[in-house]
Amino acid sequence: AYRTDEGQPWVLPVVKKVEQMIANNNSLNHEYLPILGLPEFRANASRIALGDDSPAIKENRIGSVQSLGGTGALRIGAEFLRRWYNGNNNTATPVYISAPSWENHNSVFLDAGFKDIRTYHYWDAAKRGLDLQGLLNDLENAPEFSIFILHACAHNPTGTDPSPEQWKQIAAVMKRRCLFPFFDSAYQGFASGSLDKDAWAVRYFVSEGFELFCAQSFSKNFGLYNERVGNLTIVGKDADNVQRVLSQMEKIVRTTWSNPPSQGARIVATTLSSPQLFDEWKGNVKTMADRVLLMRSELRSRLEALGTPGTWNHITEQIGMFSFTGLNPKQVEYMIKEKHIYLMASGRINMCGLTTKNLDYVAKSIHEAVTKIQ
Amino acid sequence: SSWWSHVEMGPPDPILGVTEAFKRDTNSKKMNLGVGAYRDDNGKPYVLNCVRKAEAMIASKKMDKEYLPIGGLADFTRASAELALGENNEVIKSGRYITVQGISGTGSLRIGANFLQRFFKASRDVYLPKPSWGNHTPIFRDAGMQLQAYRYYDPKTCSLDFSGAMDDISKIPEKSIILLHACAHNPTGVDPRQEQWKELAAVVKKRNLLVYFDMAYQGFASGDINRDAWAVRHFIEQGINIVLSQSFAKNMGLYGERAGAFTVICRDAEEAKRVESQLKILIRPMYSNPPVNGARIASMILNTPDLRKEWLVEVKGMADRIISMRNQLVSNLRKEGSSHNWQHITDQIGMFCFTGLKPEQVERLMREFSVYMTKDGRISVAGVSSGNVGYLAHAIHQVTK
Repeated sequence: AYRTDEGQPWVLPVVKKVEQMIANNNSLNHEYLPILGLPEFRANASRIALGDDSPAIKENRIGSVQSLGGTGALRIGAEFLRRWYNGNNNTATPVYISAPSWENHNSVFLDAGFKDIRTYHYWDAAKRGLDLQGLLNDLENAPEFSIFILHACAHNPTGTDPSPEQWKQIAAVMKRRCLFPFFDSAYQGFASGSLDKDAWAVRYFVSEGFELFCAQSFSKNFGLYNERVGNLTIVGKDADNVQRVLSQMEKIVRTTWSNPPSQGARIVATTLSSPQLFDEWKGNVKTMADRVLLMRSELRSRLEALGTPGTWNHITEQIGMFSFTGLNPKQVEYMIKEKHIYLMASGRINMCGLTTKNLDYVAKSIHEAVTKIQ
Repeated sequence: SSWWSHVEMGPPDPILGVTEAFKRDTNSKKMNLGVGAYRDDNGKPYVLNCVRKAEAMIASKKMDKEYLPIGGLADFTRASAELALGENNEVIKSGRYITVQGISGTGSLRIGANFLQRFFKASRDVYLPKPSWGNHTPIFRDAGMQLQAYRYYDPKTCSLDFSGAMDDISKIPEKSIILLHACAHNPTGVDPRQEQWKELAAVVKKRNLLVYFDMAYQGFASGDINRDAWAVRHFIEQGINIVLSQSFAKNMGLYGERAGAFTVICRDAEEAKRVESQLKILIRPMYSNPPVNGARIASMILNTPDLRKEWLVEVKGMADRIISMRNQLVSNLRKEGSSHNWQHITDQIGMFCFTGLKPEQVERLMREFSVYMTKDGRISVAGVSSGNVGYLAHAIHQVTK
């Protein structure tokens, strides 16, 4: 979760404002939302992902399912694909997840009934970057119609995203081999500070004519973690197909949670549908993204100034909340035990944990770990 | 071509269909008796005063929005268990239970269904009363269970087919799962009397069945939270380690906030810890952790003495209005001159009433009187008010005389 420079959770100012508006609005009650969610939320959420000028929206071939966070959107999408994607029983359809990925991806698809979950090459530990060739090879060799889970931006946990040129290559192979893109978009706006930039990959795939799913989370970019605000955006060939898909999504939602929680969706819908509040929100998002970017550049410059062995440009080239530092498990153990700095055994750090007050200490500690422990 | 060319159009939701038709109707006297949400005597949704107060208190605390634990808000889950079992229950005191927050009743049922599918290896069979809430079947089926039924409702008397139920239940294979509605049976409104619950507990125990209670209307049925939880507490007293799903949608009017809980009663606190760990493993790939808003409101109410007192009064108020509407409907039917026995309307309890009306009569009510209900003759008494109960009685009399 995001932290301020004081190391505190941050409720976005625009969220506070909108919550007050909601509280003061006596015409609102706690009645059930429709099964697929609050209509104003669904439309606005998908519009954020696909862009105001999206051809798919203009052609009325998109659908949305309000979900319990990004996890809920992934799960509903997975349940649908298992039932309906390629024939009526997809338990054997291969699902490819990046190596590494968010650890819950595996469980989501397993519990949705998929039995053949594989990994695709992604992180190149030696060069500390994207293993593009490995990735493309896996796409070439995957059985036709396989499902690929793609991180829309700010790959979790590596922070390493394909460049636009690399996305184009990925898309070309996927189109040729009839592979299904299921995007996980948990950091739109939070990664680069720009909503459009962070949605580039999803929009490119749409412009290339793909049918796809995009699981969106508003946990980070709205700071609404515990309200569970998410959206599954569906892009189809035409309105008729999307309508039938939504009717089956309803059946899946009905047996999972019946209808989604209203508070978080109201906050997001109100914000996104008011030009003024929308601008305010974008400002709040940029504040968070900028702080993370600042911490990245400050950490890198300190490491380089200390002369810490190795190269540290990956700290600023990576994007989003997480960074794969390249520290090995022994070095990580040193960080935890000797320096009381907590990070994952994979060497992943949460950039949000860095503050102007602890930057020096963290940099020095990394320096020690790298020079003392091989 | 599309990936979705072969995707069938899902069947329209029967209850939604009722509301759609109601919306299209231009008759000023129209009545929507399909709605499964409480309405006040003006036919409006009712936000409880204790809820508004709890919301104001929560707002003033300026809390953050950090993720809840996977199992939910601890103050909420503890209070939910105490509400269901009674805070002096031996189960609560010994800690031999685990309660996790669920997405209202549906989500809690689903967690339980998935848990049983994964860990209750003795049987795949879940026995539902005939009839039961329409969503029970697909929830258990999607979780990988098989559905069976036991006799429950007697359409000839519009009341409980007790001997049929006892007969069927006594023949259920050992170690099967039986689902029971704790109070205010949905859709019939027919509940066993306490003497009958005692016999049901005995036979269920004899057959060594796993008991799954669905309690969506505690407080809302009789107006008394302890009375409505009597069956749940009696079964536990008889040594039956039940599993339980609770909803706060109706009794706190928190419908869209999705406040609910799933409880497993265990042998001891150590077993409860192991069960908890597995429930979390089920929840994480479904939605990671639950929504805070409804749970915070419910917790504030249950844990703040003044608010809790106020809530008990308000929930009794809702239950009393429903009971009053039942009484008025019957007396108005008599006034209309109906010769039928409408006693079941006042014998039944909770939001819903199985009127006994046949599909053709339901159809006529819709077409001729703009009174909308589901085809099975179920009405939501919450949709009846002192302003329209006379009209409803008149309409029913016309199609049944």
